[in-house]
Amino acid sequence: MKDSRRGRMVLVLLLAISFALITVDIHGGRNSPISHVRDWASAVFGPAERATASAVDPVGRAIDAVRDAGNHEDEKKRLQEENARLRQELQNVELDKNRVADLDRLLKVASAGQYKIEPARVVAVGPAQGFSWTVTIDAGSRDGIKPDMTVINGEGLVGRVTSVGPMTATVLLATDPGFSVGSRMAASMEIGITTGQGDRPMRLQLLNAQAQVKTGDRLVTFGSQGGRPFVPGVPVGTVTEIRSTPGALTRTVEVKPFVKFTSLDNVGVVIEPPRSDPRDAVLPAAADQPPAAPAAPAAPAPPAAPAAAVPPATPPPTATGKSSANGRPTKTPTGRD
Amino acid sequence: MGAARVLYAAVLIVVGLVVQVSVLARLGLPGAVPDLLLLVVVGMAMTYGPTAGCAIGFAAGLCADLAPPADHAAGRYAFVLCVAGYIAGLFATRNRQSVITPILVVVLLAALTTALYAGVGALVGDTAARDVGLSSLLITSVIYDALLAPFVVPLVMAGARRTDPQPLLPL
Repeated sequence: MKDSRRGRMVLVLLLAISFALITVDIHGGRNSPISHVRDWASAVFGPAERATASAVDPVGRAIDAVRDAGNHEDEKKRLQEENARLRQELQNVELDKNRVADLDRLLKVASAGQYKIEPARVVAVGPAQGFSWTVTIDAGSRDGIKPDMTVINGEGLVGRVTSVGPMTATVLLATDPGFSVGSRMAASMEIGITTGQGDRPMRLQLLNAQAQVKTGDRLVTFGSQGGRPFVPGVPVGTVTEIRSTPGALTRTVEVKPFVKFTSLDNVGVVIEPPRSDPRDAVLPAAADQPPAAPAAPAAPAPPAAPAAAVPPATPPPTATGKSSANGRPTKTPTGRD
Repeated sequence: MGAARVLYAAVLIVVGLVVQVSVLARLGLPGAVPDLLLLVVVGMAMTYGPTAGCAIGFAAGLCADLAPPADHAAGRYAFVLCVAGYIAGLFATRNRQSVITPILVVVLLAALTTALYAGVGALVGDTAARDVGLSSLLITSVIYDALLAPFVVPLVMAGARRTDPQPLLPL
């Protein structure tokens, strides 16, 4: 009754089908017949996931508010310290800023580096025991999303789009062990490949083993041909640890991503690459906005902040809701006031 | 047998999957994510027996393989949950059983599915499991699933019995 011959036959049959599916999917890659089924499944499950996410979000926010209540004291102290530090930095930055402004005018950066961004929210997260760091966002092919587009948020590189349904899209996060992005050190212009390592910091392999690297150096994306999968100039992270491996052909460095992947909420998909490489012009957005910092303690809504920072455009022509907004990263320091 | 059983399984699989990725995964718990889909499969398999168990597990796994945000090779979860469904089905009995048995089965299967998923991945060349701490994932998934099991599995089993009063008859 319990362990019948028939039961075992069904088990073996289904296991064989599973293995056949795995094989077909892996060997077919993007063109495998499975990917059509996947698109279809995303059309069915995507809207359900969106609806569930929007239904439970108010509850989640309430729980977050209660949970974070104890942290507010620490948060206040931390912000005060940060404020003091930023004020100090501001004085040093003044000189640099003037020089940067001159160079800005010289290079006409105003015309360089415009990302066109489609805003989206994270509605589902892949389980950690699946060993792939993926999320679903609530924008799909109807919003102009296509596979292999760069996904960013106010802090920097989030990942790239892998598959797209009509209303949702799947994003491979930069922390996924299968994720690699060509990156450039902002200071030394050295290039290398940054790879995700799951919960651990990302790893950068610099092509030049003699490259001068120091802790705190910052990385931007190098950019791909045609801006897909990666547009150039997106902040990736900062160098936290340098491992010296004498004799190695490449140099390995640990990189802490700018983006906090555990609290990912609002993201932007770059649907149009910048006309020219913005180099590291997008980077200062993180450290170079002291004028905006004093206002930070008064704004106790962290989830909303990244959204505001993604398109820091001064004149958003029709930017309301889900319509695309023009980000002008180089104007960020002045644009925030 | 029949349509009622299939419909019940389909509804539970879809609800379980959507709740898992849109609610449980977004809680941001440290380590693994509570595997609601596994609990649903275990509950039904422990009522319907091994044959139906592995079929339900296969279907649930296939949905998890195909629905966003899945990005791994389709068939991996199908394989794992098929095995899980079969094993859970071996514990099915005609009589009502205590709540302890399903929880023990869940504990066993939570560890097994996580390890098996990593193992199947290694077979097909996905070595991501090596880069992250498998042991911590094993431990957290066992804890979360065991905590969630007393609330989910008996409900699923009761519903399954109600849908099909003679569950252990062959399909």
